[in-house]
Amino acid sequence: MEKVLIRFTLNGKKVTSAIDPRWSLADLLRGGEHKHTGTKKSCEVGECGACTVIINDETYNSCIYLAIWADGKSIRTIEGLTGENGELSDIQQAFVDEGAIQCGFCTPGFIMSSLPILESGREYTRDEIRKLLSGNLCRCTGYKNIIDAVEKTMKARLEKKQQL
Amino acid sequence: MSVGKSVKRVDAYEKVTGRARYTDDFLDYNPLIAKVLHSTIANGKVLSMDISEAVKIPGVVKIVTCFDVPDIRFPTAGHPWSTDPKHQDVADRKLLNTRVRLYGDDIAAVIAEDEVAAAQALRKIKVEYEEYEPILDVFRAMEPDAPLLHEEFPNNILAHSGYEEGDFEEAIKEEGLLKFEGWYETPIVQHCHIEPVISYAYMEKGRITVVASTQIPHIVRRITAQALGLPWGKVRIIKPYIGGGFGNKQDALYEPLNAYLTTQVGGRCVKLEISREETFVSTRVRHSIKFHITSYVRKDGRFVARYLKSYANQGAYTSHGHAIAAKGGAAFKQLYSAEGAVKADLYSVFTNTPAAGAMRAYGIPQITFAMESHSDDIARALNMDPIEFRRINMMKKGFYDPFSQNENYYDSLNAVIAKGKEYFKWDEKVKAYANQTGPVRKGVGMSIFWYNTAVWPTSLEASTCRMVLNQDGSIQMQMPETEIGQGADTVFSQMAAHTLGIPFENVHIVSTQDTDITPFGTGAYASRQTYIGGMVIKKTAEILKEKILSYARSINRIASADLDIEDGNIINKYSGKVLMSVGELATEALYSMQAAEHITAESTYQCKTNALSMGCCFAEVEVDIPLGKVSVLDIINVHDCGMLINPKLAEAQVHGGVSMSLGFGLSEQLIFDPKTGRPLNNNFLDYKLLTALDHPDIQTDFVEFYEPTSAYGTKALGEPPTVPPAPAIRNAVLNATGVAINEAPLNPHKCFAKFKEAGLI
Amino acid sequence: MFDIKDIYEAKSVKDAVSHLEAHPNAKIIAGGSDVLIKIREGKLAGCELVSIFKLDELRGVELTMQGDIKIKPLTSFSHITNDPVIKRYVGVLGEAVDQVGGPQIRNIGTIGGNICNGVTSADSASTLFAFDAEVEITGSEGTRLIPIKDFYKGPGQVDLKPAEILTAIYVRKASYEGYFGSYIKYSMRKAMDIATLGCSVNVKLTEDKKAFEDIRIAFGVAGPVPMRSPSAESAGRGKKINAELIESIGKAALEDVNPRTSWRASREFRLQLVEELTKRALKKSIELAGGAY
Repeated sequence: MEKVLIRFTLNGKKVTSAIDPRWSLADLLRGGEHKHTGTKKSCEVGECGACTVIINDETYNSCIYLAIWADGKSIRTIEGLTGENGELSDIQQAFVDEGAIQCGFCTPGFIMSSLPILESGREYTRDEIRKLLSGNLCRCTGYKNIIDAVEKTMKARLEKKQQL
Repeated sequence: MSVGKSVKRVDAYEKVTGRARYTDDFLDYNPLIAKVLHSTIANGKVLSMDISEAVKIPGVVKIVTCFDVPDIRFPTAGHPWSTDPKHQDVADRKLLNTRVRLYGDDIAAVIAEDEVAAAQALRKIKVEYEEYEPILDVFRAMEPDAPLLHEEFPNNILAHSGYEEGDFEEAIKEEGLLKFEGWYETPIVQHCHIEPVISYAYMEKGRITVVASTQIPHIVRRITAQALGLPWGKVRIIKPYIGGGFGNKQDALYEPLNAYLTTQVGGRCVKLEISREETFVSTRVRHSIKFHITSYVRKDGRFVARYLKSYANQGAYTSHGHAIAAKGGAAFKQLYSAEGAVKADLYSVFTNTPAAGAMRAYGIPQITFAMESHSDDIARALNMDPIEFRRINMMKKGFYDPFSQNENYYDSLNAVIAKGKEYFKWDEKVKAYANQTGPVRKGVGMSIFWYNTAVWPTSLEASTCRMVLNQDGSIQMQMPETEIGQGADTVFSQMAAHTLGIPFENVHIVSTQDTDITPFGTGAYASRQTYIGGMVIKKTAEILKEKILSYARSINRIASADLDIEDGNIINKYSGKVLMSVGELATEALYSMQAAEHITAESTYQCKTNALSMGCCFAEVEVDIPLGKVSVLDIINVHDCGMLINPKLAEAQVHGGVSMSLGFGLSEQLIFDPKTGRPLNNNFLDYKLLTALDHPDIQTDFVEFYEPTSAYGTKALGEPPTVPPAPAIRNAVLNATGVAINEAPLNPHKCFAKFKEAGLI
Repeated sequence: MFDIKDIYEAKSVKDAVSHLEAHPNAKIIAGGSDVLIKIREGKLAGCELVSIFKLDELRGVELTMQGDIKIKPLTSFSHITNDPVIKRYVGVLGEAVDQVGGPQIRNIGTIGGNICNGVTSADSASTLFAFDAEVEITGSEGTRLIPIKDFYKGPGQVDLKPAEILTAIYVRKASYEGYFGSYIKYSMRKAMDIATLGCSVNVKLTEDKKAFEDIRIAFGVAGPVPMRSPSAESAGRGKKINAELIESIGKAALEDVNPRTSWRASREFRLQLVEELTKRALKKSIELAGGAY
């Protein structure tokens, strides 16, 4: 199908992409010119969360989001979390420290799903965190260390905010 | 000293940044896309196929059908090859099959320029079948009038094995014995690794390269070559990071077909990505097994005679076959002893369901569900504490198995039970939950287990390691044993650093296996990585260390016996004086005008031992009787897996294993339309993999007994955690409600029916 | 990549309607969490699509001058749950749609899509039934307003004629004022699941909180389409609240429902759930209304 041009913000940078209107957003991010392969494809029907990205501050499964809809949107992927010099963000570091990673295939999706929790400035209970992470499946970890990583980062951010 | 420390994973940075590249992440150009046509009948034959409409779809490059592929049958199991034809795996499938044996069998493949064209072409292929009765049940399959799936196997029985130790008929004559018997059943479940099954293949210099998400690159190389009828050296397999395997990828899945497809398009790169829906049905599953256990017990709870009959649903193809049922048989006679006799009859039976292969813990979750349910049924009938009943009968310290020559060196079971019991406040809870009434009740249950590490003496156990010393004193290490998420690369690096005496950071493990480069070894399975990997790492590190010290002696003119390596430095063992760093030595060695030497080491270790890994699980549940719902409130696994190389990673293995067993016990089950054999729930919506919200916080604990046969004192931990939770949960439901549910998973459908039958609803 | 023959992005409701008139085979795509999956499965492969996803005029919740709640169809589940009007007046609807799928699905899934699918398991539908919601449908000849129960024609079928679009859902003031409700979704796991049975109840108590002035009980998956239970409602309406009454309302609900046996659940099990969830949702609603049982 004939390609169409879309403009969007990708991890803070304005970009223009020529896309096939049949693409999902995951196709656009992973393929296209961006090669943001940190966004993973697994079930391709919105059931596992491996392809989770942030669009205008909300989490979406990029496998069931049409690439054309990205026009005008601000999109964040796992690639946008790492600093220019390769520094890990607090939540990435927490995943490392808490042993929340095994095969690593679900990891980017979980980290993206945790961002709205961390950026809300709210304190969530452990059960609320579970609920907010329930759209991401993990077969390796039993979720415990993932929830620990998110909870600890949330608490650290809230503490920091209080000190300011 | 890096062994025993919770160092961070060596691949953590790559994985949290999204930079870790998995199979699909390497393709910087557009490969051709292949898709497989699957049969829409469960049992029958493809009579003809009409591809005339399909080839007209723009973008279609090539279509191959079951009538086109080489007439070669090959085995798929990820077992080490046996040079003895009698012990070779059953070769029972072709790349594409005209004889259809399951709903979802592979009958054709389309290669196209993009996935849309490939999918459109699949829908346009017309297939004419001859249909037979779909056989979904093992007992129906064994009836004389059931159609045979494989002509060579009468009554659809792949294998029947058994044993009788002692004289069963004689033993049961003892006066006053109580007889208990029951049927127990486990479901067909799937591995559900989050990365789907995927590979891509291309040709270079007349050879085929397949990049694949596999646990067993060297084995897949052999099978791919066998399937295509090629010399084995013509095939190269590359394994990058993989998004989980759990045994499914311990089989050659679609790599052989993918290799064949590239040969059909002149060696152009062809990608073959298997969707989630296909993965559920057309790769491998866990054997569903029906067990019948008969026990003769004295009034004091001591087993006198035990008899196991098991009927494993092998599905359509052999894959790992009877090895799963056989391992269950070993667990049955070893976990508990009987004073008189123990007997087993084990069957593996073909049906028109997905091929059952290896899945985490290889038959032990199934037998343990049956055995441990049965244990609680007896304890309850005898009005005994279930732990007491187990203590009387379970494996003791000093147990010796003449076949494997395994020895139980410690009183592991009592040690793990003691820890679990204390954490759980078992006695208090048992008392508190006695005599409950009302719609919502609580209960506690437990289970113990047996698991043996690695595959000796059934199969070859050997591995090869290569270490290359760099100028700065660091090493590259290459292992054929694969990182599949469990943390193998990290603990291998810890072991190497430990034995060499260099800092952990100075071990650079090569994570990718490439059969052109990586030394030979068979890969990730049987919880053998730390055990076998440890042995070959130790051996190779000792060789390398000796070479380093020998070189050090030559330039320092000191007797080698006086030297050692500590923290990356060559030291005088007695004075502790640092003579030079390993880096200085390596640079000198490499560029020496007198005695240039690239210091490397490579060695193979053949292991002829095996080790018993044991543990237990305690679970507490709340049962909402009118809703048929079981919630796990608390759960702990306690393991004796020998010494912990990395406690944090060990804990993480337990979390994942328990999680998988929560699904096995409560919610997961692949189901089929009984009339057609069509899978009904082969997707993540309908197959109930538990979410974060369905999990309790999983607790873990260990007893660390040094395993004498192991290089670093370790034994199996990858698979064992997924063994005991399901029966512990089942026993907790029994404790809460008095209702024995003998069929996993204990999902609301079954609980509702059983509670109703018991008059609770 | 999806097998889509053509996709048109509508600029306005009017534009969407006229494009649909010109392309009678085109399907409407809103959030896509249903349509895109059907395309991938092959059921809708090769289809033409009219995307209304970018029509912000169809997003949001408003309180009208009359005090009615107007929910525009592209409002996502998460926006409904977090909407102040919904929270204040019909909190149960926000709670119901907060049980759809997982967070990502609740961000993309729309309430309009949820009911236009015509499936009996839709988590929003039983609560909208319980509130006697009305739906506004816009076509080339203007708009029409119909009660939600008439909108559902059969499994997967709703009263949308070619080139018609759902443009609003109304919950009238008289339907919600003084009512307290609760929704229980029964599913096999706690997230990412469809309802085995859904039960939405709302009650209005007498001034002394001792009796039901009114009761409304609705179910999803208790029949081919979402439904109300008139027998259960009349068994309770005007009666003094006590434990026996709740039991009898639960039993009465069985007279109206007609669940089927499928591999997802047996009829017998669903009947058990109808009775049990009715009682539990009633009790919860009574508590919310300040009563006791």
